[in-house]
Amino acid sequence: MAKTKKVIMLGNEAIARGAFEAGVKVSAAYPGTPSTEISEYLVQYKDSLYCEWSPNEKVAAEVALGASIAGSRAMACMKHVGFNVAADPAYSISYIGVNGGLVFMVADDPGLYSSQNEQDTRMVARAAKLPVLEPSDSAEAKEYTKLAFEISEKFDRPVVLRITTRLAHSQGIVELCEPCANQDKPYVKNIGKNVMMPNNAKPRHAVIEQKNAELALAANTMDINRVEMADTSIGVITSGIPYQYVKEALPNASVLKLGMVNPLPKELICDFASKVDRLYIIEELDPVIEEQVKAWGIEAVGKELFTVLGEYSANMIKAAILGEKADFAQPAQAPGRPPILCPGCPHRSVYHTLKKLGLHAAGDIGCYTLGAVAPLSVVDTTVCMGSSISSLHGMEKAKGKDFIKNWVAVIGDSTFMHTGVNSLINMVYNNASGTVIIMDNSTTGMTGHQDHAATGKTLMGDAAYAIDIPTLCRAIGVKNVISVNAFDLELLEKTIKEEQQKDEVSVIITKTPCVLLTKGRKPFCVVDTEKCKGCGLCLKPGCPAITKQADGKVMIDDTMCTGCGLCAKLCKSGAIRLVKEG
Amino acid sequence: MATRNIMIVGVGGQGTLLTSRILGGLAIEAGYDVKLSEVHGMAQRGGSVVTFVRYGENVYEPIVEEGQADVIIAFEKLEALRYAHFLKKDGALVINDWRIDPMPVVIGAAEYPENIIENLKEKYNVYSVNATEEAKKLGNSRVFNLIVLGVAAQHMDFSVEQWHKVIERTVPPKTVEINKNAFDVGYQLVTE
Repeated sequence: MAKTKKVIMLGNEAIARGAFEAGVKVSAAYPGTPSTEISEYLVQYKDSLYCEWSPNEKVAAEVALGASIAGSRAMACMKHVGFNVAADPAYSISYIGVNGGLVFMVADDPGLYSSQNEQDTRMVARAAKLPVLEPSDSAEAKEYTKLAFEISEKFDRPVVLRITTRLAHSQGIVELCEPCANQDKPYVKNIGKNVMMPNNAKPRHAVIEQKNAELALAANTMDINRVEMADTSIGVITSGIPYQYVKEALPNASVLKLGMVNPLPKELICDFASKVDRLYIIEELDPVIEEQVKAWGIEAVGKELFTVLGEYSANMIKAAILGEKADFAQPAQAPGRPPILCPGCPHRSVYHTLKKLGLHAAGDIGCYTLGAVAPLSVVDTTVCMGSSISSLHGMEKAKGKDFIKNWVAVIGDSTFMHTGVNSLINMVYNNASGTVIIMDNSTTGMTGHQDHAATGKTLMGDAAYAIDIPTLCRAIGVKNVISVNAFDLELLEKTIKEEQQKDEVSVIITKTPCVLLTKGRKPFCVVDTEKCKGCGLCLKPGCPAITKQADGKVMIDDTMCTGCGLCAKLCKSGAIRLVKEG
Repeated sequence: MATRNIMIVGVGGQGTLLTSRILGGLAIEAGYDVKLSEVHGMAQRGGSVVTFVRYGENVYEPIVEEGQADVIIAFEKLEALRYAHFLKKDGALVINDWRIDPMPVVIGAAEYPENIIENLKEKYNVYSVNATEEAKKLGNSRVFNLIVLGVAAQHMDFSVEQWHKVIERTVPPKTVEINKNAFDVGYQLVTE
């Protein structure tokens, strides 16, 4: 294969390219930062592969499994918490192995840029007995993706390609190669291998232990497990992005760079350890490599010096190992700037109303989690996809119908289609009385506008049947299903009050598109400073485009304002006027 | 050449991503090894956003650390203040003289610091521009980031032709002219 061209690529883009070059036939995913862009970049290769948004990661993993059993190379992409959703199929696919190569692309988020926890996928993969590859830049991301498919087929193992936010969202130089020839294999009927009932799974467990042992042995001589021998006073075992920090901080140290972090190359590690005076193990998050190496009786320093929290850096490594503190000015005191709902976001209007009514919200995963942030502070709980509805149900069963008269569950349209609908089925089935607000903004917003089963369009750009959320809710037995525009404040308030009083499940759908879905110049609001009394009513919903001036009156930043008009509706002095320029 | 470290800081939605991609494209065109780090997802929603661009012979880590930045491009004053300590001694701090109140300030839980630019000038080489005003003169207040980039370009080692070429390739086709004009305004502006 002739190398053709050097380009700069996001880690996620490089993985998509690697999948294309590896001859992937099917890829399924649910959007989740930092993994989302892989699928978006895959679409450009749609002439030679199929890719889709599945409603959730369990479904995506099973779609990939089916493609693999049928004999094609397949991939499922997700973020770390999505891998929990896919855990059920993943643990048992591990027993089945593959026909066509099968890769789970899982992105961790050390530092929690956009996640609800900081879990380490290597731990999950070890528990599921899945091999794990970990690239450390965009070039490796592409090559390791291809290698993952080769290893998958050679050792009959589904392979996890583990990346972190810093790799997913950093760009580096990649050399493009031609895609490999068709990798498809024939389907082979094999009930003993593909039907996981006890009598089949029992022998399969022994088989996969044997395969993993063979892989561990092969790992000792794999190119991606690379020794860079230099000064032997310091030796470092590392992998992934931390490798880059190590090279920056300790340019003279000897390094064992692990491209495969499960199973580990024991012989290679023992040999490396014996050649260096002091051995460090530098890995972000959990001591996955360290605990195994120490269990082999090798002396090493790891989490004694390095945290299990957040991301690492070269400065951190220099300080910990060399005692060298970086020289820089004292950071200034600056008020924080947490993320907030955008100007014109329909969720703000809904939260403003909930706050006015003194209600608590069981929240969910999406932009609307930001309803927990001041001044709104309406969202009391957020755990995982779909949990708003089921946890509201649990509250009712614990404390009774009256307790949840002050509560609603809030969930987005994409999250509702992901796993929320299961929880709603449960409410209907178990005679609940709670109110669920589906904040339908016609997209998967937080991750940057991906389609889903209720938007009418597929990842590949084809028209699809748009599942009608009100019809779906009625079909599962919800009797009270009401759609309201999020910015119709009066009707929204009235509807919420009425539905809260009912002793059966209600679903209110606030159907108003995400303000970022439409491009171009939007209308905006202006303040008549003569009329503004400085009462501050318009500031209550916490729109970032409105600021209070020194004289107490407000000013609207016309570069930020999108003309949703919420502030104008709240103003009792008629001081805010909408300018329709766009 | 020692690796050059550039940071772009601002508020989510101000176009830090586009600016870093222009810079990255430029460095790769000039034949350097390049790494960029971006911010996607929740942090982008009106939050404090920082992106890194590093280029040189051989670049390892994709981030710029405290005390290492040759140039910091700040699209907003408070963000300049927040990240100024990332600047190298004698590095250049280019600031858009523009204020966006963070939510703690909007709701009165915190004060927006006074005289940010004046205070930063006491410690750093500051070049400030009211790019939003300058952009309004061009008839589109949204191209302010190219004006700030133009000012920053005065402190970097690429030619105007190189900048123009990469702007042409990176911004949407319809906006090439106005973005190039905006860059030129910044590039020719005398700042202190």
